[in-house]
Amino acid sequence: MHGNVDVTAQAAKTSETPSGPLLEVRDLTVEFATRRGVVTAVSQVNLTLAKGETLGIVGESGSGKSVTSYTVMRILDRAGRIAEGSITFSGMDVAHAPESAMRDLRGREMSMIFQNPRAALNPIRTVGRQIGDVQLQHVQADARNVKEKVIDILKQVRIARPEERYQAYPFELSGGMCQRIVIALALACRPQLMIADEPTTGLDVTTQKAVMDLVTELTRERGMSTLLITHDLGLAAAYCDTVMVMEKGKVVETAPAERIFRDPQHPYTRKLMRATPRPGITLRDLLPEEPAVSAAPAQNPPPQSEARAQAASAPATKVLLQVENLVKEYPRQGAPSAFLSGLLGKKAPPEERIFRAVDDISFAVLKGESVGLVGESGCGKSTTSTIVMRLIDPTAGRISFAGEDISAIPAKDFAHHPMRRRIQMVFQDPTESLNPRYTAERAIADPLLRMGGFSGGAKLRARVADLAEMVGLPQNLLERFPHQLSGGQKARVGIARAIALDPDLVILDEPTAALDVSVQAVVLNLLEDLKQRLGMSYLFVSHDLHVVGLLCDRVIVMRAGRIVEEGSSQQVLDAPKDAYTRELIAAIPHPPV
Amino acid sequence: MLKLIGSRLATAVPSLIGVVIVTFMLTRVLPGDTAAYFAGPAATAESIAEIRTKLGLDKPLPVQFVDYVSALAKGDLGSSLSTGQPVAAEISARLPASAELTLAGLILALAIAVPFGIMAAVKQGSWVDHACRLITTAGVSLPVFFTGLLLVYVFYFKLGWAPAPLGRLDVFFSAPETVTGFYLIDSLIARDFETFRAALAQLAVPAITLAIFALAPIARMTRASMLSVLSSEFVRTARAAGLTDTTVIITYAFRNAMLPVVTTLGMVFSFLLGANVLVEKVFAWPGIGSYAVEALITSDYAPVQGFVLAMAILYVILNLLIDIAYGVIDPRARSEA
Amino acid sequence: MTLATADTHPRGLAATLAHARYVISDNPVTGIAFGMFLVLVVCALLGPFIVPYDPLASDTAAALQAPSATHWFGTDNLGRDIFSRVIVATRLDMAIAVFSVALVFAAGGIAGIASGFFGGWTDRIIGRISDTIMAFPLFVLAMGIVAALGNTVTNIVIATAIINFPLYVRVARSEAAIRRQAGFVQAARLTGNSEWRILLTTILPNIMPIMMVQMSLTMGYAILNAAGLSFIGLGVRPPTPEWGIMVAEGAAYIVSGEWWIALFPGLALMFAVFCFNLLGDGLRDIVDPQRRT
Repeated sequence: MHGNVDVTAQAAKTSETPSGPLLEVRDLTVEFATRRGVVTAVSQVNLTLAKGETLGIVGESGSGKSVTSYTVMRILDRAGRIAEGSITFSGMDVAHAPESAMRDLRGREMSMIFQNPRAALNPIRTVGRQIGDVQLQHVQADARNVKEKVIDILKQVRIARPEERYQAYPFELSGGMCQRIVIALALACRPQLMIADEPTTGLDVTTQKAVMDLVTELTRERGMSTLLITHDLGLAAAYCDTVMVMEKGKVVETAPAERIFRDPQHPYTRKLMRATPRPGITLRDLLPEEPAVSAAPAQNPPPQSEARAQAASAPATKVLLQVENLVKEYPRQGAPSAFLSGLLGKKAPPEERIFRAVDDISFAVLKGESVGLVGESGCGKSTTSTIVMRLIDPTAGRISFAGEDISAIPAKDFAHHPMRRRIQMVFQDPTESLNPRYTAERAIADPLLRMGGFSGGAKLRARVADLAEMVGLPQNLLERFPHQLSGGQKARVGIARAIALDPDLVILDEPTAALDVSVQAVVLNLLEDLKQRLGMSYLFVSHDLHVVGLLCDRVIVMRAGRIVEEGSSQQVLDAPKDAYTRELIAAIPHPPV
Repeated sequence: MLKLIGSRLATAVPSLIGVVIVTFMLTRVLPGDTAAYFAGPAATAESIAEIRTKLGLDKPLPVQFVDYVSALAKGDLGSSLSTGQPVAAEISARLPASAELTLAGLILALAIAVPFGIMAAVKQGSWVDHACRLITTAGVSLPVFFTGLLLVYVFYFKLGWAPAPLGRLDVFFSAPETVTGFYLIDSLIARDFETFRAALAQLAVPAITLAIFALAPIARMTRASMLSVLSSEFVRTARAAGLTDTTVIITYAFRNAMLPVVTTLGMVFSFLLGANVLVEKVFAWPGIGSYAVEALITSDYAPVQGFVLAMAILYVILNLLIDIAYGVIDPRARSEA
Repeated sequence: MTLATADTHPRGLAATLAHARYVISDNPVTGIAFGMFLVLVVCALLGPFIVPYDPLASDTAAALQAPSATHWFGTDNLGRDIFSRVIVATRLDMAIAVFSVALVFAAGGIAGIASGFFGGWTDRIIGRISDTIMAFPLFVLAMGIVAALGNTVTNIVIATAIINFPLYVRVARSEAAIRRQAGFVQAARLTGNSEWRILLTTILPNIMPIMMVQMSLTMGYAILNAAGLSFIGLGVRPPTPEWGIMVAEGAAYIVSGEWWIALFPGLALMFAVFCFNLLGDGLRDIVDPQRRT
């Protein structure tokens, strides 16, 4: 392997010491030239990666973990440069190597897999040819045997029917399959180092597990080293030998995986560790130990476990929301429209024309209860919540809310219905759910003006200030526009808006999916506190069973439009009855408890 | 592939129907006396009445429409008042002249604008990039007839490099035997290189005028789409896999960047066919544009109507070709069909 | 409502002005474009009062004079002062562009937003109309419309508006369609806003900036289109001073070397179109709330 790195005489000389680490980064500082001057993205980073080792770089957004990995491959964009420090890969000085030498290295000695696999592939070239390009580039194949070799690699990444898939375009493959292609691309020339940059973000947990297991197996087989860049401590714990934690461009702690989870040294590592949802803990456990940094600015609510116990033991009396035999059908995409096929006199069978997003489901939400609706993408959970929200009409079924049949009211008229104020929602993406032209104050005031009987003036101002106080949003941020607020602050504005009208039911649509874990921890606790104070019910839609388990009394697991399991959080998480639920739980990586 | 062409043809049909309805409406439905338009400004009351009966304008509108469509189907666009010639014959005789000019302008524009836009994007922030941005902004601000006149002044009057801006061929040459109707091609077929040179000399300045006009939108779109493709994740992946710059730029970036450029070509054709009318007037080019302009001046309406219809049909066909070309490049468009 | 109007508005205006200052100082080209725009506005408003000669008065003794101290831009074949004619023509050319853009903004903008926001039949009908217009080469369609409707300035305005209609529909439609299911629009539904109210108070203000940029860019195109039509003898008639027709009058003299007759009105055209194109790019920076800090 080392024979490949014969680019410079110096490199050849140093590479004769085979016992040295594969990759060594010393005092690396990377700067970016921006409109506001030079910004240091990474400062004084040190890391060592031995042959065959897997190192996880963990951090939240803006920690510099991706920049570090791009710098190792020297694929920073134009504005970035290495200001200081050295990178030695297999004895070669990466920071100062000529571009041609680097190009030779990339793909052959070190390769990379990315987040969002579909975007990482050329949309108009068949995947077989894309892998072939890399092999031809690095003389791993020639024109005659390239197809054979590509199909061989496709087999190795467990792609079924590789001969057929060789001709496929990325848009014809699923997300998980695309990620396998990207892995095949990265492994095409048997490199020594693989950098995986958030390789499973955006994939469902079961797909994530399959992809990560595959990566581990293939890299072990080949004796490769891996750098795993992730925001997910659980993922790092499950797959890495060593973990390095970064915060704001600096390394705060590096230690063997089992030690860093058993005995984290740095306060930031401890905070991150606590904020990561895992089995057997309560919501409060997510927050840092210091009581000063509590999410609830007002009085301390009763300890959570106690509250949960009360809720569980209290006789389930009042049903708030009752969903019966709910069905939602859509015309299948790509199918000829009913009009056209009617015109042509042929009718496709209904299962070809119609897609059942929600397939005859029934459930109830009690007053003051929080119910989790869990499943992977496409399981129908969001469609269900949007119907309950009365933003779209169901195809069939009945929804009663506080005893009234609200499914009878068409979605377009529901905006004016008095029931509207009693069902509200917190949206998934806090940025997208705020009108960019409204200040935080105006956004929170909107429901009050429209349905709360307020007409402006001091009373409205006081109520908005009150709500901001409740969600822990500092008053001085009220006059800011969304783009001037952080993700967590925007989430608070969204929550304040949802609770402004004192609703009975709030639907939480993945409210923390776009947030860093430490912010997620705070927001989840805030939601719990608000529920205790205001006595609302929650319908929490999420893909993450752990998170749902923390916040909810009861969990409903959905798959392909149907409910596969339903029960108390404890029961579903600890003793799942359904095989699919078990698979879901097993797929979620988490740090050792 | 056949399926793609079929589905694109199906989308072109409503456009054609729309075009026919609009051209019909332009003359018959809008306020104003159609017979008076067709009779021209010098007509008397009797001649207007005569034309009204002759054109069937006294019949109800639906009947007129059926008559109009059936005449169209037979290739009948009416006759010109001033020359008495059938409009369809005149237009088909003059069409090659317009087509040769427009195509020459477009090819020249593509040959310059596409590499220019790519260079500007690849070397973002360099002088090429700044030049590209300046030229594209200035280029869309140039009235095409004004550029033509400036070029005539410089190349004909000042430098004497170009012949007088009077048509396709100097009076001392005779046109080559018609095969394609394009003088450049026909003269080469006839191995008449003198005529070829003379025709090229006449064509050069008007073609450059059109090219300058079409250059800006093409270069602008090439640069923009190239920039967005170069910053895309799949190009980053290709770089991370160690592919050479040439492979990355040509095989990965360029082909993807061409997709929006091909789409823009539809718009460019729309502009070019309009600009063509103005350029033909400036250079006394005997194409269908100057035919229409002459007819406009004498208020001879049948040729104008025929011209609008011919241009629209031509444009629908060009768009059809662009759609098919797009489908050839983009597998996603193929699978939708 | 008072919350939004009484208090936030002046603050918003001041912030906008401050941001405009910042953009101009940051990008001098936009500043220059604003300067050019002011020149155009002054010429359009005060043109007839500031020119040295009557733009229509011919003086055959002074015909075809090259630019000099007395006639800055020279004189034409009838001895009319070209400088005066170019300045006075500003009002007519600008008026055609402004009216046609205002017309198409109202018609195309509203049709496009309704099309994108409501979808369904509204979308299909409006889409079909704009597809049919788009099936023509636009300048050719404008020629046909003016020839059919009659050769007047009003019809030039109408024709220019019609050929720009699909452009406005497309921009407004796609912007409205993106936002139709956006989180903040859904949130507005939850707070009890009706669909029409959402369209007017939530969608429209968010689309306005893009429409403004569009207006500025199509102003240039409208000027070019009107000048092109009058160049081939449609719309404005001699002796009315108008840039396109003046270039047409000068065209015959280019081959004999009297370049100034066509050059100056042509340059004026370029100046105006260039100004609006630069302004369009600059406006994008100013009104884009994402870039405002």
